[in-house]
Amino acid sequence: MNGPAAVRHSRIIGMAEQRPELLMTNHELPPNLDTSDEWIQQRTGIVSRRIAGPDETVVSMSSDAARKAVADAGVDPAQVGLVILATCSMPQPIPGGAAQVATALGATRAGAFDLNAACAGFCYALSVASDAVRLGSVEYAVAIGAEKISHWLDWNDRSSAILFGDGAGAVVVGPSDEPGISPVVYGSDGSAAGLIDMTPDDRLRLDGPAVFRWATTSLAPVALSVCEAAGVKPDELDALVLHQANLRIINSLARQIGASNAVIATDVVDAGNTSAASVPLALARLRREGAITTGDLALTLSFGSGLTWAGSVVSVP
Amino acid sequence: MSDTEILAALGEIVQEATGIPADRVVPAASFTNDLDIDSLSMVEIATMAEDRFNVSIPDAELSKLKTVADVVDFLSKAGVAA
Repeated sequence: MNGPAAVRHSRIIGMAEQRPELLMTNHELPPNLDTSDEWIQQRTGIVSRRIAGPDETVVSMSSDAARKAVADAGVDPAQVGLVILATCSMPQPIPGGAAQVATALGATRAGAFDLNAACAGFCYALSVASDAVRLGSVEYAVAIGAEKISHWLDWNDRSSAILFGDGAGAVVVGPSDEPGISPVVYGSDGSAAGLIDMTPDDRLRLDGPAVFRWATTSLAPVALSVCEAAGVKPDELDALVLHQANLRIINSLARQIGASNAVIATDVVDAGNTSAASVPLALARLRREGAITTGDLALTLSFGSGLTWAGSVVSVP
Repeated sequence: MSDTEILAALGEIVQEATGIPADRVVPAASFTNDLDIDSLSMVEIATMAEDRFNVSIPDAELSKLKTVADVVDFLSKAGVAA
């Protein structure tokens, strides 16, 4: 029996965003939510979010993001060996979306599967993609975080409907001479599964203050352990790309992590919480806006329902 | 700790968490109605109080604490020490 063909380094070689056309500001939220721009901004930092239209699906947004990421990487889609779609908002349990994305991409020989770790999904997908490349299972892998979470919202529930937005972000992972994706730090706590779940009639619900307490007290040590696993000191980080759940959570974690030289991704302000899409959207946006550049080190940390979390340090393509 | 000492320490915590001057943190003050403190800031105050007083304030208890006096009473009954 043969073992893996190669053990090598991996890195992100391309990335891209796909954001829905419709921008919905706090002022444009349904009036029955009985909330206000001031109330929402004070508690969440959110000013607007993107809401996918009827023709913008998890699969279509993922396919668009993946196409652009593969073009950014300069890779022939036929060389992509694996497509991983992190999502928790497909309209049905089967078929999954990843195979349709691979076909739309032209990744004709790729394996494909969906991955559900809710808002934490992207960092799980990235770690699996990275390991597949490192072990030589595939030459190139595409990791996508995509959500049409608006499909699952209760538009009468002020505590959840105001928070979320739709979109897709994708990265291409390829082989590298130098380490470009650090060892991942995983974690989970099933005892708190009820903090973010679905109602009996399949609408998303969350216990906001309890989630806030968990995130602001438990995750800074995780971020520091990611740095330790990567062999990178917090003040050597160029960017903090934390799950874009809530600006107050992001600011609290940033303060605790103490990455004094890092730009802090705040995509949540005009994209809302895009769940599994939030980390790749925020990372790609920082580079597009010139806040980070090739070779910079970004701490990625995603966390969400389950509870689940995962993080790694990545080198910016 | 006496209730007066707990109140003074709580005032410092509220000021640090929210910027509200400690002298406004008086026993009769309602966190929501008088101090305009939202539920997330209450969580921050609770976690800071847990660290400061070495006590546990579970979410179920926290939701019952409406006024400054409620918190002082909770901490006093928990027997917090300086």
